[in-house]
Amino acid sequence: MVAMPLSAWLTLAAVLFAIGFFGVVTRRNTIGILLGIELMLNAVNINLVAFARYNADVVGMVFTSFTIPITVAEVALGLAIVILIFRMKRTVVADHLDILRG
Amino acid sequence: MTLEVVVFWGLAMLLIGSALSVVLTKNLFHSVLWLALSLTATAGIFLALDAEFLAAVQLLLYAGGVITIVVFAIVVTERLVGDRITQVSRRIVVGVVLAGTLMLAVLRFVRIADLPVERPVIAVDVTRVLGQVLLTEFVLPFELLAVLLLVGLLGALYFARPEE
Repeated sequence: MVAMPLSAWLTLAAVLFAIGFFGVVTRRNTIGILLGIELMLNAVNINLVAFARYNADVVGMVFTSFTIPITVAEVALGLAIVILIFRMKRTVVADHLDILRG
Repeated sequence: MTLEVVVFWGLAMLLIGSALSVVLTKNLFHSVLWLALSLTATAGIFLALDAEFLAAVQLLLYAGGVITIVVFAIVVTERLVGDRITQVSRRIVVGVVLAGTLMLAVLRFVRIADLPVERPVIAVDVTRVLGQVLLTEFVLPFELLAVLLLVGLLGALYFARPEE
């Protein structure tokens, strides 16, 4: 009878983080990049909860309950910015957004 | 094979599979639906880790809220641009190399670190303690979070306001 060690959950979170990072690097659509960031933040939350559970300390879960609403606020603002940029430039492809180029 | 092992591998397969679909699907809308599945699988992982409250929050805020917002954004931009948004990925090789290096670095740390193997027994009701700690020890960040949500709401409204 083998229980799952903490490293198994951390490995799962690391793989998920890498997949999200891959999405952020390769996606050209701004909304697609935001989806990749979502995956990375989820991996971080899994790490926090796993550490809290294996140390029998609820404080780690408190931290997760703070990160989840902050992430949601971030997504809402990010998408508002995407819609705003779309209104100005008529595109959501990140390569075409070069208005800060000198 | 205990139940815990079966649950872990089932959730891991579901999560990794849906996450890969999120970053590889051509259609952006399908990508969002796969993200909904992977967020739900994450809620299952929270349940497996005895965090029932966080699993509920995950389902309500992420699988409910975030997916709705993203679908709304896609619909708005799609309607404005007139044709379906497809997305082409670029620099796949660079992405694989960067993400793989990052993953190997983290996994190396996971292997050499001194991590607990056994899951200690939690005697208390996690949700009850969570609620008590949120309103006593962590009440200041809790209230700051309320301010942050208000600012986020106003900011989103400001950005998305109709053009004069």
